[in-house]
Amino acid sequence: MSTIKMRSKESNGVVTVKALIKHPMETGQRKNKKTGNLIPAHYIQEVHSKANGKDVITIYWGPAVSKNPYLTFKYKGNKGDNVEISWVDNQGNRDTNTGKVK
Amino acid sequence: MKRRNFIKNSILFAGALAVAPSAILSNHAYAAWPKKSFDIKDLSDSVKSVYGHNNLEESSKVKLKAPSIAENGAIVPINVSTTLDNVESIMIFVENNPQPLSSGYQLTSLAQPSIGTRLKMGKTSNVMAAVKSGDKIYTSTQEVKVTIGGCGG
Repeated sequence: MSTIKMRSKESNGVVTVKALIKHPMETGQRKNKKTGNLIPAHYIQEVHSKANGKDVITIYWGPAVSKNPYLTFKYKGNKGDNVEISWVDNQGNRDTNTGKVK
Repeated sequence: MKRRNFIKNSILFAGALAVAPSAILSNHAYAAWPKKSFDIKDLSDSVKSVYGHNNLEESSKVKLKAPSIAENGAIVPINVSTTLDNVESIMIFVENNPQPLSSGYQLTSLAQPSIGTRLKMGKTSNVMAAVKSGDKIYTSTQEVKVTIGGCGG
């Protein structure tokens, strides 16, 4: 299953995209309580979204974004558009998901 | 040696600029993540590394929606929208976080200037939304009181 849950809805020519990404978003400043060692930073750095293959938004995230990040943005679009959201984190992991605008 | 420094500097510079012009970005699905800007620990230095200057203008056209009191600093909902035209980017700075720059949003002409996310805040701090429209940076600032910090633990 994709790490990205997304939903997009059109109203008056504007599509609102909402997405939830499952990710720990570790800042690298927290300590493991048992061992006292720092937990290595692990967070999403870039999120990119396209609608029907066209770039809509590029997002840069730092470690200050909450765990399991939530994201919403708007763009000029229509019902039935294919919206693609992809992310890449600081350890090189990535994921992509697509959805149709309702 | 000089040449090497030049290359190094220009890479850093490009990193700082990567959050600005969308024309550059559209060619690469993943442009360089601006590590330098995200590492800076001082708000004004952070702003400077993103935009190259500190000329900010407070504007009522920038709407920052944030709670005045956040019960849980690990999840502070932030929404930024604006009625300004030709918005290139939206950046969110949290002054008292270890690194003030929290996130940046690079908009294409398709996107509408309205974004929302959830941030971690270590302690009570001013949150500043900065919108780049044309050559100017417009901001809106609000204090968010945090009762339980979102860092450490």
